[in-house]
Amino acid sequence: MSYEIKLDVFEGPLDLLLYLIKKNEIDIYNIPVALITSQYLGYLDVIRSLNLDLAGEYLVMAATLTHIKSRMLLPVVSDGEDEEEKDDPRAELVKQLLEYQTYKDAAGLLSGRPLLERDVFKLGAPPDTPSDAVEKDDIPVEADLFELVEAFRRIMAGLEIGDALEFSAEKLSLAERINEIMEILSQDGQVSFSGLVAEKISRKRIVYTFLAVLELIKLRMATVCQSEPFGEIRLFLAVKEEGDSSVVEIAEA
Amino acid sequence: MEEKAAILEALIFAAEAPFSVEKAAGIFSELSKPEIADLFRKLAGDYESRGGGIVLQEVAGGFRFQTRIEMAPWVGRLKNVRPASFSPSAMETLAIVAYRQPVIKAEIDKIRGVDTGGVLKGLLEKKLVRIVGRKDVPGKPIIYGTSKRFLEVFNLKDLSELPTLREMKDFRSSEEIEE
Repeated sequence: MSYEIKLDVFEGPLDLLLYLIKKNEIDIYNIPVALITSQYLGYLDVIRSLNLDLAGEYLVMAATLTHIKSRMLLPVVSDGEDEEEKDDPRAELVKQLLEYQTYKDAAGLLSGRPLLERDVFKLGAPPDTPSDAVEKDDIPVEADLFELVEAFRRIMAGLEIGDALEFSAEKLSLAERINEIMEILSQDGQVSFSGLVAEKISRKRIVYTFLAVLELIKLRMATVCQSEPFGEIRLFLAVKEEGDSSVVEIAEA
Repeated sequence: MEEKAAILEALIFAAEAPFSVEKAAGIFSELSKPEIADLFRKLAGDYESRGGGIVLQEVAGGFRFQTRIEMAPWVGRLKNVRPASFSPSAMETLAIVAYRQPVIKAEIDKIRGVDTGGVLKGLLEKKLVRIVGRKDVPGKPIIYGTSKRFLEVFNLKDLSELPTLREMKDFRSSEEIEE
């Protein structure tokens, strides 16, 4: 099990396409469809090789690109109508890309505004989190899924399984592990990923911990941060005030 | 400071939400709305010229006291805040709702090219987006708009303070020229 690929995470097929267009320094009004399609499909292969779920939207876009490509290969049958002739199969996609780009820019401008509780603070704001929560120079940045996968791989690699037989009769449930993590989080507000798997625990338990962390992120009950590439991944409690409901109901895995 | 301004200052200070001219007029009936608005602006100017750690900011249709933006690193240390918790997908969705409102989910999905259900739910939970109504088409889809809280969090007086999309296009083309 070795992951060597570093991949930017995209917000969707349009985001990926814009990235490819920018990377190749292509004029958006004159996209070389063959080039972009092959690069696009290449990325899909990378995502597949990581065994990540590929959202259906990516496949739809792949089909759309292929369709445009084939339409461009066909000779244009001139039936006397000029407008028909000028109809570029890429036009619709370009329009969509430009519109998406506009809102992506708008999102950037919005993030640049002075944000309440980040840049400006008002009276009567929520109380402080425990002062020892984050060490001084440990300024976290958001970690993505791939870093989490990488951390998991590292822990599995460090685990000496050897030829010892496992006689684990321990019954584990995902819901239980989630609640355990939530308990730690509601007490301390944060915990490091390696801290969760620090004790000598079984492979199965590590897997459950990893799944529990992913589930918590998905449920938006926790957020993960990482202060530097390959640094420690920290888990934070996402919702503080509604925090008492630490019992999660989740289907038994 | 004249007494009227002092009273208004106290009201803004004690109010829980951004304090509007309308609310002030309800309490302070001796003054007309334009007079109150003038005094508010004058107060805001006083705080600005004082150069202290606090400013009086006009947001979400009212005024509120807040820390000066330059103080963020220090206040942030006190509060132990983490950098903004908005993901790129949340920001994109929020931008589309802000500019296109009233808007239904299908439109947002189409622009972003992905399903926006989860992100929208998160924004609703954070109360940045609200349900405005239901569209009178088959399926009666929910119509979304931004909330007052959105204005408060992003320090906007009202929606007209958002940069217009045309401005943004100019902004982008000038950037391209630079490159």
